[in-house]
Amino acid sequence: MQLKRAFRVWQRNFTVYTKLYKSSLALNFVEPVLYLAALGLGLGTFVKEIKGVPYINFIAPGIIASSAMFAAAYECTYGTYVRMFYQKTFDAILATPVNVDDLIAGELIWGASKSMLYGTIIMAVISAFGLVSSPLIIVVIPILFFSGLIFAEISMIFVAIVPGIDSFNYFYTLLMTPMFLFSGIFFPIETLPPLVSKIAFFTPLYHLVNVCRSASFGHLQSSLWDIAWLVFVAMLLAPYPFRLMQKRILQ
Amino acid sequence: MMLTVSAQNLTKDYNSLRAVDNISFGISSAECFGFLGPNGAGKTTVMRMIYCFLPVTSGALKVLGLNVADYPSEIKSKTGVMPQENNLDPDLSVFENLVVYARYFDIPKKISTDRVWELLDFVELREKAKVNIKDLSGGMRQRLLLARSLINNPEILILDEPTTGLDPHSRHAVWEKMDYLKSQGTTLILTTHYMEEAEKLCDRVAIMDSGKIVVIDSPANLMARHDGNLEAAYLKLTGRPLAT
Repeated sequence: MQLKRAFRVWQRNFTVYTKLYKSSLALNFVEPVLYLAALGLGLGTFVKEIKGVPYINFIAPGIIASSAMFAAAYECTYGTYVRMFYQKTFDAILATPVNVDDLIAGELIWGASKSMLYGTIIMAVISAFGLVSSPLIIVVIPILFFSGLIFAEISMIFVAIVPGIDSFNYFYTLLMTPMFLFSGIFFPIETLPPLVSKIAFFTPLYHLVNVCRSASFGHLQSSLWDIAWLVFVAMLLAPYPFRLMQKRILQ
Repeated sequence: MMLTVSAQNLTKDYNSLRAVDNISFGISSAECFGFLGPNGAGKTTVMRMIYCFLPVTSGALKVLGLNVADYPSEIKSKTGVMPQENNLDPDLSVFENLVVYARYFDIPKKISTDRVWELLDFVELREKAKVNIKDLSGGMRQRLLLARSLINNPEILILDEPTTGLDPHSRHAVWEKMDYLKSQGTTLILTTHYMEEAEKLCDRVAIMDSGKIVVIDSPANLMARHDGNLEAAYLKLTGRPLAT
């Protein structure tokens, strides 16, 4: 793999994104705000406080995490699949000095970048609403890259093994949605049976929510372990999308 | 003299299917070499191995003296590929397609912009520069694919059925470009189902069937042996009617 050639792939996606961002950016920004409004304001009237924090302030940092997750997941499932299968963009790229490894690296880094970008935008939005108490939240931005890389890797592993684009329904229904609901965004995970919190420990979103929440309340040191987990798992998973996509593309 | 492409006992398996079966051939510099054969004969697979898209199962394959498994990027930087299927980037305009493609070859923007205009002139698409890919006719897409394959000034140009599905005018336009490129010393490697195309353009052809090369010769020699008719030679050697 050569980073420069991977960058060319990243650059292709960036060029297309800068052409089309107006339509997609607005949509990605509406959904998190809807969650905040419906749950934070609606449910918040009944729940009032969790751990001494107003309910909407409790969930807001988690929404940064989930937006970042979905940005990488959509990009590296549907986006990657369309480029690979329908548009044959990968075939065109692979006829140039760019090789499969460069291509996969470029796609993964692009997914992670988009995750970081979307997380940062939502961060700015909820900060503007006054829902973040500490400027320390800024520190989360580079961490969003690593968590984004994990979500991109998981998504692309899935792309490499699915028979067709319809199979992504399974990915979202069985993996992404449960993760979204049970990673401590909407309620502390300790309130659930111990088995659920044990499972949550193995999901990247749980750790990212911890990081966002502690940063947002100004005590990031309590989440150093979560940061280490995210960086470590991003590295640990890295070989698999390469190996599996290589097989898929060259078959 | 070093061959531009040399294959020795080249074999390619897809799982249990043998797509290319122990073939050997050599292509010289500035030659126009055609692969003929029915669908599924293994032509596209051979081309894809030459441009390092598919790994070789066994045998030796060297392009510009370099082993395909060891130097894919080096080989691809000197090769142009016009694929069978349209894989232009539908998210980008005609102009952007070429500029983005030039980046994969690390061609600096200053140089690539001039090159892109030059190529758009060459394929007569200058006035379509800002148009979306989906608004191009089939012939225009084909010409744009040809322009894209030339972005890096390739020493070898690989064309997989370059004129399939084109009307006679567009076909002649593509042939004209290929003639010009050949006169400039570009090595052309193509597959085609049109005997007229092979006869007109190719110095030599390899007729393939079921993964094997049945014969390699010049169209003139083949015709001399088969009543002055390349199609008759093809039909006889592949032992079945022309695939459509």
